[in-house]
Formats: sequence, structure tokens, C-alpha cells
Amino acid sequence: MTKFKALAGLALSALLMGSAAFAGEIVINSDHSDPAPKKAMEELIADFQAKHPDITVKWNNFDHEGYKAAIRNFLTADPPDVAAWYAGNRMAPFVGAGLFEDVTDVWASNGLDEQLKSSAASMTIDGTKWGVPYTYYQWGIYYRADIFAEQGIAPPKTWAELLAASEKLKAAGITPFAIGTKALWPTGGWFDYLNLRVNGYEFHMELTSGKVPYTDPRVKAVFEKWAELVGPGYFLENHAAIDWQDAIPQMVQGKAAMYLMGNFAVATMKDGGLTEDQIGFMQFPEITPGIPMAEDAPTDTFHIPSGAKNKEDAKVFLAYLASPEAQAKMNATLGQLPVNNQAAKPSDKFLDAGFTMLSNAYALAQFYDRDADAEMAKAGMEGFQEFMVKPDQIDRILERLEKVRAKVYK
Amino acid sequence: MSDTARSAGFWKRNQLKIAPWAFLAPGAIMFLLYVLIPIVQSVWISFHDWDGLGDKVWIGLGNYVELLDDDTFYVALKNNLIWLALYLLAIPMGLATALFLNQTVWGIRLYKSLFFFPFVISQVVVGLMFTWFYAPDFGLFSQLIKWLTGTEIAVLADERFVTLGIIVAGLWPQTAYCMILYLTGLNNLNPEQIEAARMDNARGWRLLWHVILPQLAPATFIAMVVTVIGALRSFDLVSIMTAGGPYGSSQVLSYFMYEQALSEYGYRMGYGAAIAVVLFLIMMVFITLFIVRMIAQERNR
Repeated sequence: MTKFKALAGLALSALLMGSAAFAGEIVINSDHSDPAPKKAMEELIADFQAKHPDITVKWNNFDHEGYKAAIRNFLTADPPDVAAWYAGNRMAPFVGAGLFEDVTDVWASNGLDEQLKSSAASMTIDGTKWGVPYTYYQWGIYYRADIFAEQGIAPPKTWAELLAASEKLKAAGITPFAIGTKALWPTGGWFDYLNLRVNGYEFHMELTSGKVPYTDPRVKAVFEKWAELVGPGYFLENHAAIDWQDAIPQMVQGKAAMYLMGNFAVATMKDGGLTEDQIGFMQFPEITPGIPMAEDAPTDTFHIPSGAKNKEDAKVFLAYLASPEAQAKMNATLGQLPVNNQAAKPSDKFLDAGFTMLSNAYALAQFYDRDADAEMAKAGMEGFQEFMVKPDQIDRILERLEKVRAKVYK
Repeated sequence: MSDTARSAGFWKRNQLKIAPWAFLAPGAIMFLLYVLIPIVQSVWISFHDWDGLGDKVWIGLGNYVELLDDDTFYVALKNNLIWLALYLLAIPMGLATALFLNQTVWGIRLYKSLFFFPFVISQVVVGLMFTWFYAPDFGLFSQLIKWLTGTEIAVLADERFVTLGIIVAGLWPQTAYCMILYLTGLNNLNPEQIEAARMDNARGWRLLWHVILPQLAPATFIAMVVTVIGALRSFDLVSIMTAGGPYGSSQVLSYFMYEQALSEYGYRMGYGAAIAVVLFLIMMVFITLFIVRMIAQERNR
């Protein structure tokens, strides 16, 4: 009988402890489901536990796509102590709904304002920091270095040089630019870069935050530049039918020579059979002279939900995540760039080029579908895709986008 | 003791009244919980501006007014009508296949199951297969077109053909479905009537039209119901093959609703609910027609 009582007591206490988390336990929800991110996360957690043995980490790993829907549920129903998400306007709905905790103090007390300077703007809403960035990657033009050498083309530095190079490639029967727009977002990269180079970072941010109408002549100017590439057929035909990966074989087979993409494309290119020497990387060329060069660098972040039970230890975790050592190790596994500017430089050729480019960047944009409101981004990228098929319809497309803008940013 | 006797008496007296309700209750409760209440909730949400997280803001008919001014809505509506019209082709096609297969040849069971195969495959797989079929550069269909005409057509990237391309993919399994319905119907034909018709010298089209088809009316009715509803809720193929693209030209109402309410770029629950309500009303037209016909038939019996 006493034995039974003891067992019951044990069961009861276990039940109680199960419902209220252990003191010193933090729950992390994230979407590191792909092999490399999963490994990076496992290493990060192991290192953190070695350094802070008093804190236990419980990690719930979600499927990448499912996470986008799941986060909306668990932030309200059962908030973890730390949650993965993205910078810029992507976090605005959660900040607006009061679901993320203010972490300005983590930044201030760990010297992050200096070390994570390049991402400070994209983590700030209303003068407050809402999370800690841990990785980003560069965008730029990846090109077939061997084809360029064969055709006697030097990597273009200006718009005129880019046009000349494209003309030369086209004449040689090579499509200058690979692209697959079925999933829409690859068009966003083109719009971002053209706008950043034609009008500059400030205008791009004003536009993506809905302060400038899409019928503005400066926006029209962006599409005029774009039309200089669309008109002569410098993009892959039938791009609307294929995904971005499907365009890579064209580049591997030497039927296309350049690809405006994020750094993750290098892995796919290598899988396709290109060697490191065959692939070159260049910054998107200058268009309007004198405009400081800003870049696209989508940033991944961690946040503390406002409903977290153990905010104190969660902040310890964020501080560790922001440290140069943690970021260097994590990004070596991820194959991406540490945000912390004190972190050791990556050894990879493309990452090294990206690190230098982003460290010297005038400012960083997150990407069209993270900077602009989600609904606007969808309509915008649909418009970009339509423009790339029917460039003469630009006025009608911009009027439609303006209608959406007026509705979304009331 | 007397207590139990009285309660037993109550049960005895009312058994006949209570029993049907008791048997209905599980189904009725499920129906209420999973069908009726969600419909009312959808209508309720459609009067609000709501992102699924924050507070609902009452905007009355605002979502519907916006819908009437939304170009995508009209594209989706037009595509739904095209779907409805062309999807009905599955019925004559299914009938033709069924008549063709309704003979006694060695191994006919195998042929029948092969023809039924497309319906067994998931719609997602059908969508993927047709996507490759149409794919520029390596797709069988685009190679065929290139060989025939000299120019390549990327069906799923061309706003003129994209909806037609998806409907063709949808017709493949739907035809198989209608075929099975008709095959079952053909098994139940009254042989005496056909014999009598033959004696009266009816054959070919006349026999089909005047003797066989009237007997297949129940199968036609069911085929009609599933095809119309299938056309209106066409979602999986659009989602897999084009996601509504290129630039929204293959949008249908059900996908539009999903995109606005639940996709990465959406979370406009109120607007999505308003689209759902419009789709529901359109479906109600057909459902009412079907139900009226069914009730009429039952009365005649």
C-alpha cells in the first residue's frame, strides 16, 4: 500500500513538473528541417549546453513549409521560449500583434549594436529590437567564368558593360540570363537590384513600405531598364513554366551564362556538374552612377515570444547565438554568412566574396517578399512575372499594383 | 424500487419517439459540429477584417465590395465557368469508354481496371505527371507540338492555354470515374427490354439513345453531380501545376480563397471567407437543383 502511495506521489509530481517547465529549461521551436541547418542547430545547442550546463534546451524541429503556418498557432496557443523567424517586414505582423518580446536590452548589454550593425535596421521596428539575427547570405550574379573567358568578356561593372556582354553572348547563341519564375520570387531579386541600382536604397525602402505609388515615374524608370534586357530576349524563354532549379541545367550545359540568385544556387550548380573554377561571382553592376551600392541579404533570426515562460534564460540563449564564435561555427555548417562582423571569415570562395561585399555594403535589403507587405509582395511579383512575358503591358501592370498598394497600406 | 419501475415505464412509453432521435444524434451532432457551425462561422468571419492573430474588425460588406473590384476574382470566376463547361465532357467520354469496355472479351477485367487506374492515383500525382508532360524542352507534349508545328508551346506558362491544360489533366481521372459509374449502370440493364427493342429492329444509335440511355439515367445523374462539384472545387491540380500562375491567369475560386486566407502571402481570413461564401452560394445553386430532383424522384416512387 505504501509502495502504491509513493508511486502515486511520484506520478503526481511528474505530472506537475511536466506542466510547468523546469526552472532553467528553455523550449526552442524552429524550422531547421534540411540536413545542413539541422546539423548546425544540433551543434549550436550542444555547445550552448556545454557552456551553460544549468540550462536545459528542449528543441522542437518543424518542417520548413509547415512552420510558416505552425508559428501562427503556437505563438498564441503554446508559446515556446525561443522561436525562429525572419527579419524585416516578415516579423511585423507578430510584432504588431504583441507576440514578440522586446530584446533591445540583449543588444545593448552584449555590444550587438556594433557587432550586428549590418542587420540592426532590419531588426528594428518603432525604435525597438525584436530579435537576434544569426545568418544571412548574399545575392548577386553567378556566371560561367569559362564561357566569359571564351567569349572574351570581363565581368561587367556598369549597366552599359552588362548590355554589351549580353549582346555578345546572345550573338554567340547563349542566353545571357537563366531564370525560372514559376514560384514568382526569383523576379523579386531582379526588381530589388534594378531598383536599388536605379533609385537607391532609401527609395526602395520607401516603395516597399508603401509610401510611394507604383505609378511614380521613378518606378517606371526601373522597368525601362528591365525592358532593355527583356526586349532583346536576354532571359530564358518559357521561364514562367519552370522553377529556379530547372533553369540551372541550362547554365550547366552552357546554354545560359549568368544567373542572378542567392548564394544557395552554388550548391545546385556544383551538383549539376560545374566545378568551382567554372563559376564566377560578381556584384550587380552599377546603373545610376554615384548611388551607393546596397545589397539583398535575407536574414534568418531568433525571437522570444511575449508569452514565453523562461524569458531570462531565453535571453542568455540569444546572447550566445549572437556571439562571434557561435555564429562562425554555425554558418560554417550552414554554408552561409555570419551576421556578427567579429566572426571568423568563411573559407569558401563565394562566401568570402559575399562577406566582403556585404561588409562594405551601404545598406542591406531583405528581399522584396520580406520587405514589402505579404499581400503586396504577391501582387508585385505576379506583376514582375507578367512584365517579363509582356513588357509592353507595363502601364496596365503598374496601375494594378498601385491599386493593390492603395488597398494594403491604408 | 418504484423509482426504477417508473423510469422503465417512461422508457417503455416513449421508446418509439426517442429511439429514432437517439440513432440520428451521432450523425446530427457531427453534421452540426463539422458542417453547419463552420458555415455560419465562415459567413460571420467574412464580415470582418482579420489576420487570424489579432482582433477581428467588423467591416460589414467591405470584403464583398472589395471582391467586386478585384480583377483576380473575375479571372477566377471566368476560369471556374470554363472548368464547369469543359469538365462535363468527362460524362460523354466516360460513357463512350464504358460502352467500349462493356463486352465479353478475354481479359476484359484487366482492361477495365487499367482504364480505371487514373482515378486511383492521387490528384497530386496526376498534376505532377501532366506538369512534366507539358514541360518545355523535355516534356512529351511540348516535343510533340514542336515536331508538328515547329514552335514550342509552354502550356503552363501561357495564359491562353494554361487553364485548358489543367482541365485536360483533370479530365483524365474524372473520365475514369464516370466510366466506372456507367459500367455499373450497364451491368444493371434490363436484358428483356433490349431484346424487345432488337426485335423491333432498333440498333446502333437509336438503341443507345432510346433504350439504353434512359435506363442509365441514375448513373448519368450521379456522374453529373460529382463532375459539377469536382469542377467547382478544383483546387489540387491548380495548386500543384501552376499555383494560379502565370501571373494569376489560371486562378480558380477555391485556390484564390486558399491563397488569400491561408498561404504564405495571405492570412486575410475575412477576405478568404468572403470568397468561400461566394463559392458556397454558387455551389448551392447546383446542390439545390440536385436535391429538388432527388426529392421529386422519391415522391414519384
